[in-house]
Amino acid sequence: MDDLYKEEILDHYWNPHNAGFLENATASAHEHNVTCGDKIRMDFIVDGDTVVDVRFQGEGCAISQASASMLTDKLKDLSIKQAQQMSDDDILQMLGITISPARMKCATLGLETMKKALCSPKN
Amino acid sequence: MPLRIPQIRSQFPILKRKVNGKSLTYVDNAATTQKPKAVLDKLEQYYIKINANVHRGIHTLSEEASAAYEGARETLARYIGATPQELIYTRNATDSINIVARLLESRLGKRDEILVTQMEHHSNLVPWQQLAKRTGATLKILPITDEGRWDMSELPRLLTSSTKIVAVNHCSNVLGTINPVSTIARAAHQVGALVVVDGAQAAAHIPINMRVLDCDFYAMSAHKMYGPTGIGALFGKKEILEILEPVSFGGDMIKSVSSFDAEWNDLPWKFEPGTPAIAEAIGWGAAVEWLKKNDIDQIERYERDLTKQLLNAFTELPDITVYGPATTSNRVGVVSFTMEGVHPHDIATILDREGVAIRSGNHCAMPLMVRLGVPATARVSLAVYNTKSEIATILKALKKAWTIFHPKVMVSVPESRRNLWQKNSTNH
Repeated sequence: MDDLYKEEILDHYWNPHNAGFLENATASAHEHNVTCGDKIRMDFIVDGDTVVDVRFQGEGCAISQASASMLTDKLKDLSIKQAQQMSDDDILQMLGITISPARMKCATLGLETMKKALCSPKN
Repeated sequence: MPLRIPQIRSQFPILKRKVNGKSLTYVDNAATTQKPKAVLDKLEQYYIKINANVHRGIHTLSEEASAAYEGARETLARYIGATPQELIYTRNATDSINIVARLLESRLGKRDEILVTQMEHHSNLVPWQQLAKRTGATLKILPITDEGRWDMSELPRLLTSSTKIVAVNHCSNVLGTINPVSTIARAAHQVGALVVVDGAQAAAHIPINMRVLDCDFYAMSAHKMYGPTGIGALFGKKEILEILEPVSFGGDMIKSVSSFDAEWNDLPWKFEPGTPAIAEAIGWGAAVEWLKKNDIDQIERYERDLTKQLLNAFTELPDITVYGPATTSNRVGVVSFTMEGVHPHDIATILDREGVAIRSGNHCAMPLMVRLGVPATARVSLAVYNTKSEIATILKALKKAWTIFHPKVMVSVPESRRNLWQKNSTNH
């Protein structure tokens, strides 16, 4: 069990990477799981086809927040296409833990937010 | 005969299960209860010995099935202080409430009001909310106190001569409150309103009597009271059911049918179209017999004592907020809580790894969560097969959860992260 809440996950939960907002965001989205209160907002600066910068703000369970934090690390320097093609399996690999089906929604909240931002008409 | 808990536990085969290598500590009984062998055997024996369609078929199997089915109805009706004509089988308590809303719809108009409370489960809120939208009636909400009880001081203002329906829960699935149904029924009847009660959480834990409560409708689910899934019941006062028109039609709810007309059957069959959940009704009857055999008054006393121990156990945990009444006075063993710094989902996952089954989320009561000031809680809900040692297991697991999220050597944790899960959080 301790492998689910391993040090890396808790560290991202307590000290999220790329936390904050982007004033000049070219793409932005937020997702809210009303059944539990998990929230993620992501701001992106996209230049051409590349994610130049990303920030996120959120609140909720350890899995949702740590997952979003880790995702922001991965997204920098990815092309939009690469980002949009990320799957739930990629998230699981990124987290490096086994998650029950019930918690998948938590784990993929950041991914959902990212896809919403990068697939919006602005891009 | 006093309750012998080990003997009771031995009657529930599922309690022997291991979960993640640990013994199962099942404390999600408000979601559904486990079933004693007497119920399981009855279900199986029905299909092995007497399965046939009911409603007075001539052959032997049909007669036996009909007798067993109507016998089960009588058992359940008597158990809740009602007559068999007043007990309509449905799919579950939610279905029962929806049926009442449809039955009463034609009598509701723009000048009418419906009163519900702030602590309702969605099943006893959304049907009324939507009924109000369809008919133009006004929905009103009775607020709750910080203790988690109805704020009766607001009743005179909210219950008016325009109120036609008062819909309330008997026991809260979040706060554990046992509500004063007969008190509100008296007040409601004085203004000419009908009282609909969501009794899903009550029958397994406290004695219930329709004549004492004096409500007009009462909704129940079998699976919340040691019975099978897929069947519920709606109690309705005979004189009311007699004048209401059915809203669901077909075989068995008629006496005779011509091409262009139909004559309704007598109560209760008037409101039961189609082949019923025969096996389930009979299984439910066995659950009621089981409750009678173990004496619901004793069960209530035992669970009250266990709840007291559970509430005490929570005082040993740092940074815990418990919702609902602080004592066991007019309270069942449903205890919702939050733990500072640990999201209810994370609490539930960690407890699951220790074999402890709790629920976390909004418990189908989003408006109540808003009132409590949190988006979600964790919830422990007890039944008669839970034990003192299981409470110790839960406490140990909760301490583990706390320790994981509050390690002795904390990296610098932002204030905003540390205060995530306390009461009055603005996270909604």
